Amino acid sequence: MGELLALAGSVFVLLAAVGVVRFDDVLARMHALAKASTFGVLLLLAGAIVALHDANDVTSVALAALCQVLTSPPASNMLSRATYLVRLRASEARSPDAPSPSA
Amino acid sequence: MTLATFVVLLAAAVLYTYRLCVGPSLADRAVALNGLLVVGMGAIATHAIRYRTGAFLPTLVVLGLVGSIGTGMVARFIEGRGSDG
Repeated sequence: MGELLALAGSVFVLLAAVGVVRFDDVLARMHALAKASTFGVLLLLAGAIVALHDANDVTSVALAALCQVLTSPPASNMLSRATYLVRLRASEARSPDAPSPSA
Repeated sequence: MTLATFVVLLAAAVLYTYRLCVGPSLADRAVALNGLLVVGMGAIATHAIRYRTGAFLPTLVVLGLVGSIGTGMVARFIEGRGSDG
């Protein structure tokens, strides 16, 4: 049962990797990574929780899953926000109705 | 069964490594590094399942915390540098 969960989780990680390779924009790639790989690694860790029996091991894996859920979305959000803001600034600098520096 | 999991994770690692090498932007490489970290976490969990040992499991917690901090630092760097590439 635990091994089956781990295999399903690794398939989701592979799907996220396929998305990161095949999508053609940074934001689209981040979308593939942030959702699919977080779900995949959660399934993997759930498989480890099911397979292991020592309470010390189970709590370690549960804490790792909690850390992943809490920290992965903010990190992806920061990266996509930085990319978006930098692009916004570049497009504002290019637009013709922006005030010219000499005016 | 766990051997198949290792093989699938290896395929994912190869794809992430391709994206890490090709780029083209710094954010792409940060995304690929984050994915490689996820693959590493999965490999540690699979190792624990295969050999029924929890010796490396605290490493999972450390990886989960440190990886996101690294991605956030790269994001701040991109924002401060002001260039997409």
